[in-house]
Amino acid sequence: MPERLFRALEVVAGDLGLQKGYDRFMDNTLTGKVPFWLDPKKRAIIFQVVVFAMVGVLAYYLVSNTLLNLKKQSIATGFSFLHKESAFEIGESLISYSAASSYGRALIVGALNTLKVAFIGVVFTIILGTIVGVARLSSNWLVSKLAAIYIEVMQDIPVLLQLFFWYAIFYETLPSPRQALCPVNGLYLCNRGVAFTIPETHPAHKYMVLALLVGCGVVYLLRRWARKRQETTGKVFPVFRVSIGLIIGLPLVTWLAFGTPMKMDIPKLVGFNFKGGMTVSPEFIALLLGLILYTAAFVAEVVRAGIQSVSKGQREAAMSIGLRPPFVLNLVILPQALRVIIPPLTSQMLNLTKNSSLAVAIGYPDFVSVANTTINQTGQAVEGVALIMTVYLIFSLSTSAFMNWYNKRVALVER
Amino acid sequence: MEEAIIGTQVEESKPPVTSVGVIGWVRNNLFNGWFNSILTLVILFFLWKIVPPLLRWAFIDSAWHTTGQGCREASGACWSIIYTNFRFIIFGFFPYEHQWRPLLAMMILFGLLFYSRDRNHWKKPLGYAWITGLFTMGMLMKGGFFGLTPVESTQWGGLPLTLLLSVFGLTAAYPLGVILALGRQSKMPALKLLCILYIELIRGVPLISLLFMSSIIFPLFLPEGITFNKILRAQVAIILFTAAYIAEVVRGGLQGMSRGQYEAAESMGLNYYLTMRLVILPQALKLVIPPTVSILISAFKDTSLVVIIALFDLLKTTQSVLSNPEWMGFSREAYIFIAILYFLGCFSMSNYSRKLERELSTGD
Repeated sequence: MPERLFRALEVVAGDLGLQKGYDRFMDNTLTGKVPFWLDPKKRAIIFQVVVFAMVGVLAYYLVSNTLLNLKKQSIATGFSFLHKESAFEIGESLISYSAASSYGRALIVGALNTLKVAFIGVVFTIILGTIVGVARLSSNWLVSKLAAIYIEVMQDIPVLLQLFFWYAIFYETLPSPRQALCPVNGLYLCNRGVAFTIPETHPAHKYMVLALLVGCGVVYLLRRWARKRQETTGKVFPVFRVSIGLIIGLPLVTWLAFGTPMKMDIPKLVGFNFKGGMTVSPEFIALLLGLILYTAAFVAEVVRAGIQSVSKGQREAAMSIGLRPPFVLNLVILPQALRVIIPPLTSQMLNLTKNSSLAVAIGYPDFVSVANTTINQTGQAVEGVALIMTVYLIFSLSTSAFMNWYNKRVALVER
Repeated sequence: MEEAIIGTQVEESKPPVTSVGVIGWVRNNLFNGWFNSILTLVILFFLWKIVPPLLRWAFIDSAWHTTGQGCREASGACWSIIYTNFRFIIFGFFPYEHQWRPLLAMMILFGLLFYSRDRNHWKKPLGYAWITGLFTMGMLMKGGFFGLTPVESTQWGGLPLTLLLSVFGLTAAYPLGVILALGRQSKMPALKLLCILYIELIRGVPLISLLFMSSIIFPLFLPEGITFNKILRAQVAIILFTAAYIAEVVRGGLQGMSRGQYEAAESMGLNYYLTMRLVILPQALKLVIPPTVSILISAFKDTSLVVIIALFDLLKTTQSVLSNPEWMGFSREAYIFIAILYFLGCFSMSNYSRKLERELSTGD
């Protein structure tokens, strides 16, 4: 058979006038000698070496130019500027900071502010996104259409424009602190931000937070124990009700044990601004509002797709084996829907974190904004931008590492 | 006896009035069950509270053709800010008497986009038409031939700049993205590593950091004396950014191809280049048209970020109108106007993407 094939090939090659090339090819094939440009393995190596050399030359060219330019502008390279005094104020900070602190500390303040916005934003986005996503699937025509309009409008307007819009609403529409709006007693809205009442600091609060954490830990262990017991004995433990009781009850008991401290810290107008209570800046609110409303539209779509991905038969099958509705949701629908929802949800959360860098446009002191000020003051552009990139890379790489781990955990076990 | 029973069954009885027509629809879609009924009533109450005052603000009490002073006296929306500054918002600092040129460029673009809507037109001539069209648009903006006065790119702005950044950005990013995707799928380990590094690095950082890089660091990269203008640098940043996202979308398409396609191409004796060009890419790229359109949408929206490095795109021209003392304080109206422009652009694209998805999923 092969001989006949070869002969046929010979005839064809001869007809095409390729006899010479064909002979050489046959010789090489039979003797096992192949010129290196025809051997895919060697060719690949050469190709890669060439590509790497080109990238290397380009990198060398850029770096040497940069170094030369920096030298001419007499800018020192390196990160020693981080220890210098920053000499600028930052509006809001989670840790103590003043203009006398170093640039390094200023950048940490910025990073913490970014994390603060991202964390609060993510929590509210998931809540709002889930509500809108479920509403989109509602059997109520009005609810479903309103959700659809919300999703379409919010997705189609750039998030930066939304941030500007909310910020403008704040400083143009709201009155000055003296004429602050007061919709509820103890809550004031004005163009300097929102001031609201919080409980006065009391040692009890620390223990209440501790009690809440203990409650969460106990609930986690309880769930594991209940699941194991159900798997072995079939007895069902009312985990949900007990969990709610623990999470609310433990801090409540602590509060009662400290003699129910009720004193409130109410914001008061002193001079031109509010003192006491808690004040949130308009920049922070505008940023948070813009990010939440924008990202929630995408999350809603993700949630909708996740719920729709679980086929109707699953619910029917679960009901037909006698599971009650909460169990149908908890044991059958949610685990399957979450598997579809989690990966795109993560990328939306990362988008929110990355979009929080737009804070620089409305003046909220997030990491990019602080780094930008640092660059303008010190001229350390390369280091500044490198720092921005590194910080965001750390955020996204750690998140995706966590997600990969989670995905592996919930992935379908094929049998 | 039996006949009588059958007779009564056959006799046609109309469904009750409450289950057909408008009443039936309302019952089925708005008032099915007590929960939905309450929900409907609550929403109707809020709509009644919100919508009429909003319409009153936007249309009845609004001022359309007055000055900033006149606007301050009116209680409604001040659309005069748009009416008076329309040409500046749309064209920015482009010389007033030459503004027909960006207008013509935009019309060419819209014409091409409109013509490309039909998939039957996706043939080679359309590709050439796009190349010629893009070139003409650039020349129209730049001028300096056929007696057209040259216009410095520092004077470009407004909607043409926004469209320019997104259209040229995507046109250049697409081939780069395809190459990156092929590199990431390749069997050469070093090449693969390089592509993965690039894609993950770019996708991990916000666009704004790349824009900062383009505006502050890029001049340092070049030897002294060589400078690029600001728009081109921002354009490069947008291209590099978008390419990484396109690469991931294309990779999805490549992974969706069955192993048999590669094997069939190989057994025909096609080399790598021909396999990709004739067999794999045409199918893979078609597979990912809908997600590519959504990349286009986000690239269009992301061009608004050039505001931060002080390029005069649509958003920035609007803001500079707002910084004029006469029009200070009418941000809502101005922002709503450009939000509508962005919405129209994105909505038509996403609608088109949905239409394409339907067409492609019916397996034709």
